[in-house]
Amino acid sequence: MNFAFLHKYASLMHFYRLSHTLTPWLAAATLALFAWGLVGGLLLAPTDYQQGDSFRIMYVHVPAAWMSMFVYVTMAVAGGVALIWKLKLAEIVSRACAPLGASFTFLALVTGSIWGKPMWGTWWVWDARLTSELILLFLYLGVIALHGALDDRRAGARAGAVLALIGVVNIPIIHFSVEWWSTLHQGATVSKFSKPSIHIDMLIPLLVMISAFQCYFAWSLLVRVRSEILDYDRNASWVRELGRAQEAGR
Amino acid sequence: MTPATIIAAVVRRELLRAVRNQAEALYPLLFFALCVLMFPFALGTDSALLSKVAAGVVWVAALLASALSLEALFRADYADGTLEVLVVGGASLPLLGLGKAAAHWLLSGLPVLVLAIPLGLSLELQPALLGTLLATLALGSVCMSLIGAAISALTVGLRGGGLLLAMLILPLYIPVLIFGASATANAALGLPVAGELYFLAGLLVLALTLTPWATAAALRIRMS
Amino acid sequence: MSALQAFLHMGGYAPYVWTSYGLAAVLLIFNIVLPRRAEQAALRRLARREALGESHDTAS
Repeated sequence: MNFAFLHKYASLMHFYRLSHTLTPWLAAATLALFAWGLVGGLLLAPTDYQQGDSFRIMYVHVPAAWMSMFVYVTMAVAGGVALIWKLKLAEIVSRACAPLGASFTFLALVTGSIWGKPMWGTWWVWDARLTSELILLFLYLGVIALHGALDDRRAGARAGAVLALIGVVNIPIIHFSVEWWSTLHQGATVSKFSKPSIHIDMLIPLLVMISAFQCYFAWSLLVRVRSEILDYDRNASWVRELGRAQEAGR
Repeated sequence: MTPATIIAAVVRRELLRAVRNQAEALYPLLFFALCVLMFPFALGTDSALLSKVAAGVVWVAALLASALSLEALFRADYADGTLEVLVVGGASLPLLGLGKAAAHWLLSGLPVLVLAIPLGLSLELQPALLGTLLATLALGSVCMSLIGAAISALTVGLRGGGLLLAMLILPLYIPVLIFGASATANAALGLPVAGELYFLAGLLVLALTLTPWATAAALRIRMS
Repeated sequence: MSALQAFLHMGGYAPYVWTSYGLAAVLLIFNIVLPRRAEQAALRRLARREALGESHDTAS
């Protein structure tokens, strides 16, 4: 299969136009999936006999945690592409992923903590998964800090890409270490968030919510990327054309 | 020139600079000692408590001393333009990175190892555990110098300086810290520590093979 | 308790559940609205530039 048609979209102008075509569809899909997932998760899924209705927090916590990992890998891959092929678009995508990923991580942490309070009585436990998530938040904040610390935005994006790649190699190591550390200090081998089996009626809304979050990520990433494109290419003729159109439309 | 001679040249230059600025070379060690000494003030001098935390405290202090001493690694070369000359002139950047990491370890990691003995004992560390503590610190400190060189290259000359570097690097140090500190804790319980030591050795090999390329990439980005 | 009240009550876990969902909503909306605003601002800046005539600033 010939992928040459994709090369066109590495051009900032074409990507900008593509993003405007795609975002209404992504927005619609996101809202539809959220509607489906929320009805399923909040209304239709049966109440858990152990945790009562508090288990419904799972429908935001788990997708957020999943996205926090997914976005980091996306950020690292885009960063790698930016470093190897020196594509401006890859730099912008990598840069845009950071605040989004940090938001998901923060959400996962807070909802995880809130979910834990009625279950274990404390706002925080040094559970392997929560602790790994906390470390991931610091990794994101580091990348964001590095993006902002360099005056040249392009160099900042590339420096962040190196850090993201170092981080992505480290993440499995960190996960393994924290997993190991938590069993060491707790003794118990059952993770607090483990679910030995999940009822299908509870699982389907979860999968729908994860899809909703993925769609949302695509949507918000495109919106974020296209506003950066305007700054990156601000002297290009197509951008100036946009400026003229905007001016004429006032 | 062989890779070994290049690395040796880099190390020799760093050591010479340290000899010329002896006070500055001592800062990591003074910081390490001060860090450790904070804890009896904070926790009290109950022997049982101190001996429980001794290995962990020494580890955290060594980690902080390593992180904070990294800022100076590329700073002087950046300030006087040598770094730009090296990058633009086509010097082998991975070897430069390895040399800098080696020098950092000799000037900061190794002395910390030596100082860990009296400081650990001052915290009521059981003498039998010294061997494990030093073995883990030896392996871990080399890892930290290697990772540190890459992050130091990434952040050289930036606003936020040493604290930005520390903020970026501490999450990356966590696996080393976990295995290093818990090895001593296990040794205290009489459990075998071979697993932890092998893991640290594995991390060391990984760092040795990957970090020079990260350092090289970082230098190229910063000096472009 | 009516069905709606029972739903909002969430078996007694209302504050926990609704805070979580509320925070999620805030973050998700925030991450769409903010970049949207940034794009509008960028377009306005570009319009102003064109109105003022050709300028020579370089992209960073």
